[in-house]
Amino acid sequence: MSQTITIDGQEIPYEEGQTIMDAAIAANIYIPHLCHNPEYEPHGSCKLCTVKVNGRNCSACTFPAMQGQDIINHSDDLEHDRKRITQMLFVEGNHFCPACEKTGNCQLQGIAYYLDMHDNHFPHFFANREMDASHPDILIDHNRCIFCNLCVRASQEKDHKNVFAISGRGINKCLIINSKSGKLKDSELDINDCAAHICPTGAILIKRTGYQVPIGQRTYDQHKIDEISLAKEHKHHD
Amino acid sequence: MQAFIQSVIDKYEASPVRLLPILRDIQAEYQHISGTTVEQLTTALNIPRTQIISVIEFYSFLHATPTGQYDLLISDSITDHMLGKQDLMAYFASQLKVTIGETRADGLVSLNNTSCSGMCDQGPAGLVNGHALTRLDRPRIDAIVALINQQVPLTQWPTEFFTVDDNIYLAGLLLKNPVTPGEALKARYQKGLAETLKEIEMSGLRGRGGAGFKTALKWRFCSEEAETERYVVCNADEGEPGTFKDRVLLNTYAHQVFEGMTLCASIIGAEQGFLYLRGEYLHLYNKLQNILLERREAGLLGHNILAQGLNFDIEIRLGCGAYICGEESALIESLEGKRGIPRNRPPYPVSQGFLNKPTVVNNVETFFAASKIAVTGGQWFASVGTEQSQGTKILSISGDCNKPGIYEYPFGTPIIQVLQDCGAADVLGIQIGGPSGTFIGQDEFQRTLAFEDLATGGSFIIFNQTRNILDIVKNFTHFFAHESCGFCTPCRVGTSLLKKQLDKIVDGYGSAGDVAALEELCQLVKNNSHCGLGQTAANPILSTLQRYPENYAQQLKDISYEPGFDLDASLETARRLAKRNDAGAHLAQVEDNQV
Ligand SMILES: Cc1cc2nc3c(=O)[nH]c(=O)nc-3n(C[C@H](O)[C@H](O)[C@H](O)COP(=O)(O)O)c2cc1C
Ligand code: SF4
Ligand code: SF4
Ligand code: FES
Repeated sequence: MSQTITIDGQEIPYEEGQTIMDAAIAANIYIPHLCHNPEYEPHGSCKLCTVKVNGRNCSACTFPAMQGQDIINHSDDLEHDRKRITQMLFVEGNHFCPACEKTGNCQLQGIAYYLDMHDNHFPHFFANREMDASHPDILIDHNRCIFCNLCVRASQEKDHKNVFAISGRGINKCLIINSKSGKLKDSELDINDCAAHICPTGAILIKRTGYQVPIGQRTYDQHKIDEISLAKEHKHHD
Repeated sequence: MQAFIQSVIDKYEASPVRLLPILRDIQAEYQHISGTTVEQLTTALNIPRTQIISVIEFYSFLHATPTGQYDLLISDSITDHMLGKQDLMAYFASQLKVTIGETRADGLVSLNNTSCSGMCDQGPAGLVNGHALTRLDRPRIDAIVALINQQVPLTQWPTEFFTVDDNIYLAGLLLKNPVTPGEALKARYQKGLAETLKEIEMSGLRGRGGAGFKTALKWRFCSEEAETERYVVCNADEGEPGTFKDRVLLNTYAHQVFEGMTLCASIIGAEQGFLYLRGEYLHLYNKLQNILLERREAGLLGHNILAQGLNFDIEIRLGCGAYICGEESALIESLEGKRGIPRNRPPYPVSQGFLNKPTVVNNVETFFAASKIAVTGGQWFASVGTEQSQGTKILSISGDCNKPGIYEYPFGTPIIQVLQDCGAADVLGIQIGGPSGTFIGQDEFQRTLAFEDLATGGSFIIFNQTRNILDIVKNFTHFFAHESCGFCTPCRVGTSLLKKQLDKIVDGYGSAGDVAALEELCQLVKNNSHCGLGQTAANPILSTLQRYPENYAQQLKDISYEPGFDLDASLETARRLAKRNDAGAHLAQVEDNQV
């Protein structure tokens, strides 16, 4: 006896313990997301995956799938709010895309393209954030951090190291490094760590690997984020 | 210093969940928690240094750099503003020769703002090294400045500076008839577990902390969990500006509150309870510890309570200045020694709370009422109030009235009655339920206190006709931006954007589209935020925009677009660098030929 939920009118199966996001990905349905990566514990902070479940807004990446849920994933209202939330992330940090090595491969940019975002809408915060280039192989530019927490989780769950953590409160939130000096070079971060490669934006970059693929030929220059995301995250259940 | 820190670590048994009390003690001794201390703690507690740093950076009362030996914080509640706080703050700063937000060069004193300190009935209020100061005025400030400059220890300051009155003006069903220590527990053991829970169910008691969840149901859910290690938590964070009734309950009725917690423990099967007391109520700490001691000695707490085989004890944990820690799952995170970040739900605390074990979290007043219900029965309570809101509600009344203080009313009481009782005249409107609640205007005073009409956790702030709606909204909106925990995007960025957008309008830089943009932003934050803080942060704007659109419209300039900043002022640096100040080096805000 299989249990089902309905997303935008399409009935899909789910297994006990799955979130709405898990079930959607398994059914090859894309729900926009930034702080979620199926390989890590769900976090639920970016709120891009907000869907309407039986009339109530819920985060798809953390909310459990339950029998009979009627879920709206695509509506003008939801897309509008998702665009605004993405714009919030752009104005909160300092994202000068043309000058960023991640341009074209950045998921924040990919989401912005997908949501048809043409401007930042909100006034900029011009936050004063630092760059840490102390590590021999890895660079962190805090201007581009969107606090998705993936590096924190990757370092904990996969690398078993705890190199990163979120600190501060409210708009003063910041990413901190676990080392006596607070610098990356004194942390345990290694170029082979999952945490060094997980960042959806250009906040954590690997040194000496820049511009190997020319701008214009990069991932989101050629494909929409829904295709890329599903191709990567969809697990076949044959 | 190392030895002192080691003694603190030992006192708290090197337990990482006690990180907050450990940091509080160190902060109190050295006015900050240094990098070296963080290193010592990370080794001793065996937790990452980032957890310690992030906790220090999260809570308002913990600091990585030294505050003054006398750390003064002045309450920024709207009620303090109405009592002249801003003027007093400026006076304080000038007399102390210190910049607001900084520590004086000699390290002796620091002065800053703090969110509502829960003394709205006896403000302007503040805190010195965490101890509540009430009724501040110029003579008192002069005295304090002298005491500080002469470095007189706090213990030798005049006690009247620290006097906190209850100000109970109207005692009703509960305040009039407190239970005697042990009475509720004895009644519970006479009736039995099932019968007692039934009485509470019959009483219709709903949570007094705001959300109004049925108390009996919460206790029942918790008791039905498979996991048998369970906890009871009393939420005394009382951070909603304008609320101070829990302060009074803990000052004068603490036995009954602790008894309610013990009652709950006996029903759900918990052995450990916590009172999460907001840091602003430090003045109650020793008194409450003594009451716990009394209860242990009387056999009402500890091992084999009333010889009924019940083992239960209560630990008091002080908060460190974070409104979000009133949210139950953030409170639990804080109890575990972490930043106060609300958890994802489900699971709810009743199934996975403290240390992921089933936990009941209730407001102070809820436990207080439950004790009495155990003694007197559910019917007695349910016969008062309305069909959906049984019993009485204790209000903290402040603002423009003759008798600010504590009033207990049956649910269903019309607002007009409350206004008469506390002596409020010429009323413009009332903020009911604090900033996260609703602003009601003159034509709504027939409405009633009830979950189904005007729900409130207790905050009731009255404004008379001399007050400016936009000043009020500005104060509340800044409060939320300051208290947002920062976890989710819509609230973290949204509350700061709300503050910017509202200030733009209030300060006279708004134009036609700006009110519409403000309203859109309100909906965005309300509908997409992770927890109750973000979901209610736009309420002050939304409820006044709906009632007083003209107040917003009046602020707008007569042009279709206006930049959110002063164009000419922002050229100042450029002029200075270019050593120019001629007409060509200035820009008009709007082109001259534009109407
Ligand atoms: C931002 C926020 C702050 C809160 N602050 C408090 C508080 O100070 N005291 C309180 O009892 N409940 C507070 N609550 C409600 C609690 O989450 C919780 O619902 C309540 O403690 C449950 O107890 P009750 O059922 O007895 O009301 C707050 C909720 C939110 C979202
Ligand atoms: S550095 Fe990158 S991965 Fe880490 S929190 Fe920031 S955006 Fe996310
Ligand atoms: S709504 Fe605000 S307070 Fe609540 S989790 Fe989000 S950022 Fe934190
Ligand atoms: S993807 Fe669900 S909240 Fe970020």
